Amino acid sequence: MLSAEGLRHAFGEGRGQVVALDGVSFNLTAGQTLAVFGPNGAGKTTLLKVLAGLIRPQQGSVRVAGGRRAIGWIGHQSHLYEHLTVRENLLFWAALYGVPAARRGARADQVLERLGMRDRADQPVWSLSRGLAQRAAIAKAVIHDPRVLLLDEPFTGLDLAAAAELRALLGELGGGGSAAGRVVVLATHNVDEGVELATDVAFQRRGRFVHFAPRAGRESSEIAEAYRRAVGGTDE
Amino acid sequence: MSELLAQAWTVARKDLVLEFRTRTAIVSAVVFTALVLTVFNFGRDPTAVPTIDLAPTILWVTFTFAAMLALNRAFQLELENQALEGLLVSPLSRTSLYWGKLIANLVFVAVVEGVGLPLFVLFFDVPVGRVLLPLIGVIALATLGFVAVGTLFSALVIRTRFAELLLVVILLPFLLPPLIGAVQVTARLLGGRPLSESVGYLKLLAAYDIVFVSLASFLFRFTVDE
Repeated sequence: MLSAEGLRHAFGEGRGQVVALDGVSFNLTAGQTLAVFGPNGAGKTTLLKVLAGLIRPQQGSVRVAGGRRAIGWIGHQSHLYEHLTVRENLLFWAALYGVPAARRGARADQVLERLGMRDRADQPVWSLSRGLAQRAAIAKAVIHDPRVLLLDEPFTGLDLAAAAELRALLGELGGGGSAAGRVVVLATHNVDEGVELATDVAFQRRGRFVHFAPRAGRESSEIAEAYRRAVGGTDE
Repeated sequence: MSELLAQAWTVARKDLVLEFRTRTAIVSAVVFTALVLTVFNFGRDPTAVPTIDLAPTILWVTFTFAAMLALNRAFQLELENQALEGLLVSPLSRTSLYWGKLIANLVFVAVVEGVGLPLFVLFFDVPVGRVLLPLIGVIALATLGFVAVGTLFSALVIRTRFAELLLVVILLPFLLPPLIGAVQVTARLLGGRPLSESVGYLKLLAAYDIVFVSLASFLFRFTVDE
């Protein structure tokens, strides 16, 4: 459903060159959630941008079953227009993703209901709290029922309660390992934030996957310890 | 093709709704137009140079700079919450995005010109009654050209510092051909000369539109993709 083969990408040239991706390969099928952990500057965002088609890699290739329409993307920011209501935003993005006009309204209602935002539908985005805005961003990302979800630091700026709520929501959207679920790639610098959602875990350092394995029942503390050993805690 | 246009209209409609809600750019552009015309009205000596000789230049200088305010805002609103990133991840074609921005900019500039033209007539007392339709045609023809180029360049500079200043600097040289054509045709129309005298300049404006709408539609993807 989502595969990457030999990805390599660098920014700049000569001595100042920064290698953001270096030989990254993987293959994910429905229900798999890959959590990519790495310090700031490890290349996580570049990886997600390459997977989303925002950056063309200098080497390697990405295959997404269903192409761009199959991708739901949650970046550092919500991509929502502050002066449109939540519902207007969803209808706009649904139109761009090719949801038929007759189904857009019902689909928006369905997504808002699922995310517990039905009563916020007619509020302009600028009036939402950070946590609600993040929920609205998720609603936008899944409005077209994508089979692949790419999440870049989705917990940034959320308090503990909002982050826990968001984790539960993302777990539900990912399908928790079921074959009918989505493929999710989650990039974060904080192991504690994403490990519960993962079926597979990768540690990224200087563009390379220095560890890539199924979670296979490992406890969060074990993974956090393995991460510290493999990557350390400092930014790149 | 129909999907291309439908998506372009989706983008344009969203831009127009946002502008209607906030009204910041349109109000600024309209006030700017009124102020520039007022300054020109009081900053000239009508006994030294006849109004009819100055009027076409004043009209087009005003429209050009007012349009730049509109063009600046086209992609700035996509920086809000990095919406541009969302647009580029989506299946929206780059051509649809460009056409959507072009349509919204044309509507926006048309509104500014729609306010500016009566003010121009009021301040400069120029006889537009009999040439109103051809004059509107020339305005439409010239506006399409410079909005097409301006929309492309506003995407090009949006990620740079001092984007607003940079847009003016790189856009103005490209606007010279349609500006020259528009001023010449407007001068002839206001001077009561037949439209047939302006055929050469009208062809220049039409050719500029065709070339730059096509070229900008093709080149746009290189300005927004990383």
